[in-house]
Amino acid sequence: MADLTQTAPARTTRSPIRWASVLDHAILIAGAALMIVPLLMMLQMSTIPDAQVMQHGPSLQIGGEFWDNLRKALFQSMSFSGETTGLTMFRNSLILGLGFAIGKIVVAMLAAYGIVYFRLRFATLAFWLIFTTLLLPLEVRIVPSYEITQKLGLLNSWTGLIVPLIASATATFFFRQYFMSVPEELVEAARIDGAGPVRFFIDILVPLSRTMIAAMFIIMFVYGWNQYLWPLMVSTQEDKVTLVQGIKQITQSLEGNHIPEYGRSNVLALLAVLPPVLVVLFFQRWFVKGLTESDK
Amino acid sequence: MANVTLNQIRKVYGNGFEAVKPCSFRIEDGEFLVLVGPSGCGKSTLLRMIAGLEDITEGELSIGDRLVNTVDPANRDIAMVFQNYALYPHMTVRKNIGYGLKNRKTPPAEIARKVDEAAAMLNLGAYLDRKPSQLSGGQRQRVAMGRAIVRDPALFLFDEPLSNLDAKLRNQMRIEIKALQRRLGVTSIYVTHDQVEAMTMADRIVVLNGGVIEQIGTPSEIYHSPNSTFVASFMGAPPMNLVKAQLDEGTVRLDCGTAVMAAPAGRSGPVTLGIRPEDVRIGSGAARFDIALIEELGAHRLLHGQVAGQPFTVHVAKETQVSHGPQPIELPPAAMALFDTATGARL
Repeated sequence: MADLTQTAPARTTRSPIRWASVLDHAILIAGAALMIVPLLMMLQMSTIPDAQVMQHGPSLQIGGEFWDNLRKALFQSMSFSGETTGLTMFRNSLILGLGFAIGKIVVAMLAAYGIVYFRLRFATLAFWLIFTTLLLPLEVRIVPSYEITQKLGLLNSWTGLIVPLIASATATFFFRQYFMSVPEELVEAARIDGAGPVRFFIDILVPLSRTMIAAMFIIMFVYGWNQYLWPLMVSTQEDKVTLVQGIKQITQSLEGNHIPEYGRSNVLALLAVLPPVLVVLFFQRWFVKGLTESDK
Repeated sequence: MANVTLNQIRKVYGNGFEAVKPCSFRIEDGEFLVLVGPSGCGKSTLLRMIAGLEDITEGELSIGDRLVNTVDPANRDIAMVFQNYALYPHMTVRKNIGYGLKNRKTPPAEIARKVDEAAAMLNLGAYLDRKPSQLSGGQRQRVAMGRAIVRDPALFLFDEPLSNLDAKLRNQMRIEIKALQRRLGVTSIYVTHDQVEAMTMADRIVVLNGGVIEQIGTPSEIYHSPNSTFVASFMGAPPMNLVKAQLDEGTVRLDCGTAVMAAPAGRSGPVTLGIRPEDVRIGSGAARFDIALIEELGAHRLLHGQVAGQPFTVHVAKETQVSHGPQPIELPPAAMALFDTATGARL
């Protein structure tokens, strides 16, 4: 506000162009343009015949194949069994994304609730143990994780795809920090108001954390949506193939005199980008709020 | 409604710090009791033990006829108003006030009726659908009060509820709380570090210092006959004048040699003499008061200076003409109190 009132009268005398601001925008626009190039390339390649991509690579030409490619991507089967279409893969990715996001938030909130609010003997130790798992991402422990999943008989199941990765140190850490900033008096007021641990969690803590939940939802949804290695290992069934896996399978089929279905895989890639973008757009306001301000 | 009995209540924290030394007192049904003392004197700890938010290390606490040492705060039939209001930020005023009732499985129709009743009593009717963040400090304080009264508890607990408000609002809320407590007749315990709040609101005051009860009494008793130099200097603004003196041969003499009062025989040695600034008469008398500063307060004046080389304050009516420099003063023996210099206890 102070800035506005100061610059407003100066406008009449000085040049209306503020070069610093122009430079800022130039940098931002250049960055945004750079980021959007691959997306535009995908879009362009999905409009021209596959052979043309093979011959010339990406170009500036816009063809008329987009709707045909979209139809093929969504409805044409790509598997041996003949049942796995783009739509199925889309659904599978959604299950994985939502399963990860919701599962991780629930588990992390409960873990943080236990660590912060209950007099557990080794709460701090437990927290730091959870925290150190940040140093051990999936890729490091993939063999034992696979073995355990296999021994539990969870291969080729949604449970096996989601549950082994559902504990999140990142989310637990964020929720712990957030809970610790909730005023002690609020807890005491709730105790006197007759709210037990479960009531307090549901009535007070969860609604208070909604911005933090939104922020975590974005991060964890995208994480689940983009999973490639884990589903590839745990699931061998074609009806559980995700979009990210699917794209790979199509582009790989360069053998004999087949031309890879560039158009179709690019449409699939665009579809794969869409939901994370929508989730971010939808939760953006809360996301920023959750990570920056505290509404208490 | 209930009385509250504390029997040798003691609090020792995990680190060995004894916040409250064993203390006993009884709060009568409908009484407004104020716990007052400087920060760290144990008054909040005592209140939190009564609320059940802090474990009682030793001793017995009864509300009504029930021993409540191990009873959960929710089941002690109490309501508490916190310093920071502790309103639930995501709930409307209506839900904030009704939350305690909802948790006690009160039918919704009855909750609505009681919330409306409490809101009307506190002039909150127009704000029922707002969130706490849309209210001013005074309104938030009222919501916190509403949350307490709607439950119709046996005991109100106030933990410095006015210290976050500005001075003017504080005076107004002080009167409102007192009036409300009179009307509802609920036994109340009020913690404050502000001696003016203590004096104006209390039926009885408990003065605490370092985890020990210094004195229990009505505001008038506490003010006019303090038990110790601590109470004398903590209560009253400006506080009681405390001047070093000598007691010998049945006479109390100031350090300058002026005899000021007869004293009980059989004692001698140094004593501390206490007198309230408004009890000193100026213009005649044996003692001399050297005025250094005149504080004009409109309705009256405060004269700051020295008697026998020690700081001294005199309170005079606005009509009294005074000037800087030495003045004769009279110290009426009836208004004076003698304290043991070493222990601070009243003689």
